[in-house]
Amino acid sequence: MAIIEARGLARDFTSRKRTVHAVRGVDLTVEEGEIVGFLGPNGAGKTTTLRMLTTLLRPTAGTAVVAGADLLRDPLGVRKRIGFVPQAIGQTQGGTSDNSLVIEELLDQGTAYRIGREETRRRAAALIEQLDLGGLDQRYVKTLSGGQRRRLEIALGLVHQPPLVFLDEPTTGLDPQSRSNMWEHIRRLRSELGTTVFLTTHYLDEADALCDRLFVIDHGVTVAVGTPDELKRRISGDVVTLSVNGAAGSDGTAAARSVLVESPVVQEITVSDGVLRLTVEQGEQALPVLLRALDGAGITMSAISLSRPTLDDVFLTLTGRSLRDDSPGGAGNSTDGGPELAGVAGATGKE
Amino acid sequence: MSFISDTLFVFRRQLRLILRVPVFLIVGVLQPILYLALFGPLLTKLPAGTLSGGTGTGGTADAYRFFVPGLLIQLALFGSTFVGFAIISEWRAGIIERYRVTPISRVALLTGRVLRDVVTLVVQSTVLILAGVAFGLRAPIGAVLLSYVFLVLVAIGLASLSYATALRIKSEDAFAPLVNSVVVPLILLSGIMLPMTLGPGWLQGIARVSPFRYIIDAMREAYAGQYWNAIMVEGICVAVGTAAVLLWLGSRVFVTENT
Repeated sequence: MAIIEARGLARDFTSRKRTVHAVRGVDLTVEEGEIVGFLGPNGAGKTTTLRMLTTLLRPTAGTAVVAGADLLRDPLGVRKRIGFVPQAIGQTQGGTSDNSLVIEELLDQGTAYRIGREETRRRAAALIEQLDLGGLDQRYVKTLSGGQRRRLEIALGLVHQPPLVFLDEPTTGLDPQSRSNMWEHIRRLRSELGTTVFLTTHYLDEADALCDRLFVIDHGVTVAVGTPDELKRRISGDVVTLSVNGAAGSDGTAAARSVLVESPVVQEITVSDGVLRLTVEQGEQALPVLLRALDGAGITMSAISLSRPTLDDVFLTLTGRSLRDDSPGGAGNSTDGGPELAGVAGATGKE
Repeated sequence: MSFISDTLFVFRRQLRLILRVPVFLIVGVLQPILYLALFGPLLTKLPAGTLSGGTGTGGTADAYRFFVPGLLIQLALFGSTFVGFAIISEWRAGIIERYRVTPISRVALLTGRVLRDVVTLVVQSTVLILAGVAFGLRAPIGAVLLSYVFLVLVAIGLASLSYATALRIKSEDAFAPLVNSVVVPLILLSGIMLPMTLGPGWLQGIARVSPFRYIIDAMREAYAGQYWNAIMVEGICVAVGTAAVLLWLGSRVFVTENT
């Protein structure tokens, strides 16, 4: 059973007679136990969508069932069953109070979910353990490091053991070591507690390393859905680079080229500086075929490598812009995609 | 019942946080005590009847029966209208959103805070009243108790308004001048330092718009031993009415999902 089922979720903001379509119609299906990434440039509508799914913002159109409760008719039911960790950077911070003790924040969160004092204490102790916060429970929140504070914020989202947790940019602002450490914690959420994780990110490596499936959003619509590998495969083939042995060089390379060009898995071959670059449909499956073909022709190789298109390439193709450079007008969560819309519509059709 | 327990939960959390940094509360009560010490003595030398419209006896006791109710309202006005600042920083810290996603009643996020402000105001007012007694205030105990009722109502209304406005504006830079431009004229028109009846007709007319003017007048009646007359009824109606309307408006802002 799907734990998130959203259809046509949309949100307009109106200010001074000008209507901004922040989210134009997002469809999402997330299965239990998945780690799903919601990917998009700043201003694409990620946070707005997340705020709708967590009952912070009422959609102007569309329907959704989140963790078994109807988003519009039973928002309280949704709130009881989800965990939410707000983003830590930007307009608002991650939701902890400087002048609270770590343990107080955890106990308060338990009370907010109407969990008994003793049970909350037990769970807080377990979370402190799981999220490497040992020895910090009597510390003021303001004395924590960035990574510790972020882990506390995640712990707060888990006190009531929700089946579904929303993490808004869980690692933004953390140093590389804290980031990979955080990924480990997020993976454990799923493996040890069976929690479904819905996270937004604008780091492609994070999406790639952590998520089972990705929803790519741009200008308020989902432009692609799939596993990171599927998405990469859809954009362009993999690239195999190889060089072959041969006394005079050109002989061996030319021979290899004529052998490989016959192979059905090869889409394109280019030769430069004695190195062959092949574009193939699916790298893992193509490699043995290529090896056999060369072997059969008695050609030996000196080196071979397989490279994948990165999610950055995917993103560039899908949205026409790189995720890395934030477009100048892209701050905040509103977009006014006038002229760009035509390009997006083309990409949407690929679903 | 969960609304009440939610309110108490928010109250306890907010009380704990404010007691950790009590400077704001101490400064809040120091200011009216300064007025009491440095301005109050000026009133004691006025001719009899100046402060109370002709019936008073004049002198120290009369002066403080006039002045202390005014200072109490001033304390409530400043204390309660500035509480919004704290919620802007809480909003910025993501705390408001965090609790809006829990099953906690969203109205309790307001009422728990307001309750905290009411309780702290009662404590501050007690300090101020005791200081007043030290300076020479002599008033019936019933009047003092009645002034708490008015103060609680004023605090409920103004704190609700302050939180709701701050949560809508979300910027200290805009909130500070707004509060000042509302509070200063209200204080001037409420006759805190001197009775409005000393003023010319046009000023008395304008002063009719300040709800606190009625409340202060009613409190002064009580301090002078008058518990039941038209001024008292007016004061009570205005106090209850403003508190109810502002609390309701504040709740609307906290409930809506559109912030």
